[in-house]
Amino acid sequence: MIAVPYLTALTTFFSYVLLFAFGQIRDIFRKIADWYSSNNLQGYAPICLGLEDFYIRRLYLRIQDCFGRPISSAPDAWFDVVERYSNDNNKTLIRTSKKSRCLNLGSYNYLGFAASDEYCTPRVIESMKKYSPSTCSSRVDAGTTLLHEELEKYVANFVGKPAAIVFGMGYVTNSAILPVLMGKGGLIISDSLNHNSIVNGARGSGATVRVFQHNTPSHLEEVLREQIAEGQPRTHRPWKKIIVIVEGIYSMEGELCKLPEIIAICKKYKAYTYLDEAHSIGAVGKTGRGVCELLGVDPVDVNIMMGTFTKSFGSCGGYIAGSKDLIQYLKYTCPAHLYATSISPPAAEQIISAIKVILGEDGTSRGAQKLARIRENSNFFRSELQKMGFEVLGDNDSPVMPIMLYNPAKIPAFSRECLKQNVAVVTVAFPATPLLLARARICLSASHTKEDLIRALEVISQVGDLVGIKYFPAEPKKQQEEGKMLKLE
Amino acid sequence: MNEASMNPQFEISSKMASAVMKIVNTTLDWVTLALDAPSARAVVFGVHIGGHLFVEVLLLVVILFLLSQKSYKPPKRPLTKKEIDELCDEWVPESLIPPITEEMQSEPPVLESAAGVHTIINGKEVVNFASANYLGLIGHEKILESCTSALEKYGVGSCGPRGFYGTIDVHLDCEARIAKFLGTPDSILYSYGLSTMFSAIPAFCKKGDVVVVDEGVHWGIQNGLYLSRSTIVYFKHNDMESLRNTLEKFTADNQRAKKLRRYIVVEAVYQNSGQISPLDEIIRLKEKYRFRVLLDESNSFGVLGSSGRGLTEYCGVPIDKIDIVTAAMGHALATEGGFCTGSARVIDHQRLSSSGYVFSASLPPYLASAAITAIDVLEENPGLIKKLKANTALLWKGLSDIPGLSIASNPESPIVFLKLEKSTGSMKNDLSLLEDIADRVLKEDSVFVVASKRSTLDKCRLPVGIRLFVSAAHSESDLQKAAESLKRVTALVLKS
Repeated sequence: MIAVPYLTALTTFFSYVLLFAFGQIRDIFRKIADWYSSNNLQGYAPICLGLEDFYIRRLYLRIQDCFGRPISSAPDAWFDVVERYSNDNNKTLIRTSKKSRCLNLGSYNYLGFAASDEYCTPRVIESMKKYSPSTCSSRVDAGTTLLHEELEKYVANFVGKPAAIVFGMGYVTNSAILPVLMGKGGLIISDSLNHNSIVNGARGSGATVRVFQHNTPSHLEEVLREQIAEGQPRTHRPWKKIIVIVEGIYSMEGELCKLPEIIAICKKYKAYTYLDEAHSIGAVGKTGRGVCELLGVDPVDVNIMMGTFTKSFGSCGGYIAGSKDLIQYLKYTCPAHLYATSISPPAAEQIISAIKVILGEDGTSRGAQKLARIRENSNFFRSELQKMGFEVLGDNDSPVMPIMLYNPAKIPAFSRECLKQNVAVVTVAFPATPLLLARARICLSASHTKEDLIRALEVISQVGDLVGIKYFPAEPKKQQEEGKMLKLE
Repeated sequence: MNEASMNPQFEISSKMASAVMKIVNTTLDWVTLALDAPSARAVVFGVHIGGHLFVEVLLLVVILFLLSQKSYKPPKRPLTKKEIDELCDEWVPESLIPPITEEMQSEPPVLESAAGVHTIINGKEVVNFASANYLGLIGHEKILESCTSALEKYGVGSCGPRGFYGTIDVHLDCEARIAKFLGTPDSILYSYGLSTMFSAIPAFCKKGDVVVVDEGVHWGIQNGLYLSRSTIVYFKHNDMESLRNTLEKFTADNQRAKKLRRYIVVEAVYQNSGQISPLDEIIRLKEKYRFRVLLDESNSFGVLGSSGRGLTEYCGVPIDKIDIVTAAMGHALATEGGFCTGSARVIDHQRLSSSGYVFSASLPPYLASAAITAIDVLEENPGLIKKLKANTALLWKGLSDIPGLSIASNPESPIVFLKLEKSTGSMKNDLSLLEDIADRVLKEDSVFVVASKRSTLDKCRLPVGIRLFVSAAHSESDLQKAAESLKRVTALVLKS
């Protein structure tokens, strides 16, 4: 949990109030200007009324150049960012043909499979020539090829469950599975900081949704006890089933979930568990099998395991792993399986090859090296940042590290200054995070070398001094040197 | 003897009665004396206050006291820890999934090669009518070439959402190409066909808005409408009379509808029945009643119209009259993903409020470059569309005289939908009959057709049937083979 220092909270609040006030003044002027010009909507209600898009028009558009930066090469450790310019004060951004080579600290490329890989890419091209980029039909019609069956077997094996089902997009996996499993009369208890796809799936299912405090097993127990005792709202009939949804690594906090405690509580109260390993599969754990391996939880104890292939495997799509009966039932009822186009065959081949590399089945030890490197990189980077005095969130071993910025003016300052020095970072503000807690999020990769990390640390330290985000006292240099002397002795 | 025993009792009771009477009389005398005391004989405002006034005042005080007391409520007793423990122990949840039945165990056929017009299943070569490969672009040389170079340059995935370095220059090129092809100001790419509609609809339809939608739309649209929490009104499938009545009724009911947004959602070629919606009629109704139109052109993009620009070209309607056009690219364009196109305001709004765009990784770059190449091929070879039309007409002729099955789709639609002439009454039985036909056709004649399957979440109630997707790459002999085989097998199955 983040404890915001009072002065920072005050100044952040004040900045937002100022921005809001200026926005309102500009809106008033625009209304007056619109009074004179003709309204060409002719009886149709406008698409966005009044304050619905106030945040977008008056706050987001000012810093629009920090988001959505186009790139023109593979999202590897170093990539080319296309430069853009604007003639009308950031309202529209126009691409130029100039690019700058920058260090990539923003893409989800945990094991370094993003660019062309020596083992995976030839196989992917071969499978594309054999099966063509798309099957143009859903899995139950003509969309199941030998590759799809192989992929499901591999994924089930890798995760440690009897069977798995694969979809073409991670977002749709959550949104289409939850309505199938839960209906009216069911209860979904989800972590307060869960991803938008889980929230959408929960809403679309028709079940009642309750939220428990982020990563707090004691509050989860309280909520469970209260809900089972009370039953359904208004009728007080007992719930049909209860499902608890948590994520492996929370992408905006970088924290690992407290899985063993949560599983113990769910077992005690007979609730089903759903684990979303979008960021943790392939990135943590000794052999890359995710949070279950890292925290010592047996996969049998988790009822439904879900994950995506976008982050660690350098491909696209999502999967659900569970018991054979569960997967059979989902194949019969899930709309994403019955109606949507099946996953593209080259993408499936990329996943299979990536899993083979991770497990060492390609004959080399590249997989083990990658896993060791990402762990080293994350721990080194995090400890260095903390020594410099930045406020960094997240647990050890997690490759996601958010650096707190708080103030809305520091968001574009940090982003633009880093880009000037050829380091590309991602800054996140409202609505992906709470209003006062804006942050810059760093995602490391196994393809970052030690020199890359040292360069990144230099640049971030410089920019941090310039922008003023070193909220904690830095470890003084004398202490560091003394520490080194002791080690030498 | 009786007289003697009775008498003393009588005397005692009469003595007691007289004693009681004496006591009562004395008490009454004292009370009257007290009440007739000098204070009671005061004269206030010319009114005599008699002694009885004190009794009335006392009564009033008692009444007021009783009224001011709270009514009796049984005290609240929250459940004790022990009771909650007991309830938790007693509670038994349902199992996560219902028991697996026979029909849930069926497996779809597994392809061993690309899903083109001729594909290999179980080692045998079959004619494929189950892929929506309308222009025959699966396996096209140019597309494979452009994909190979994209794979070598960019790898497979894009490793990030559009807002965080997931925007690759091929995405922007693809969006510009689609907008140029259709003649609209701008377009936006989604990474999955199904998520296009169910992300675009909640971005525009909010709680309280009104959406009039056809009852035969596919699940993606139904889910999007459910998530948007607007008021949904269904009209009969492809029936313009029903649409007009619904619009009329709605506008008459709601007079203060100035700030209300109103939408009509239709598909160009319906996936569930193969019908084509009459766009010019819909545009007339929309302009009369001031509704916005959302059109899903997944199965008509690249198929209808003389140059493949979709339903707007086919019906002669300028595309800027349709507010929002969406399409999945997994049909005619032989790639994956989806796009949405319209005015600049519409597209810009989606870049920040459409959840499937903002919170999800972007389309893999090789699929975007495949889309650009597919549109290039389409523009250079308009003959593909003519061939598709000819194939559809040929197949229609061949299938129109099968006893027991009737064609439910439009003669110009590339989806030929065969339904049972006489339904058996339950959807399950219909489906098992049709699946039987499809299985036998595959096993005995090597023609691959599928029966349309419905999910339990789908609200559509249109009849199920056998779907054939016609492709421009089918040859005449393929089509004849399909028609003959279906005729033969249907006669066999329906007789038994």
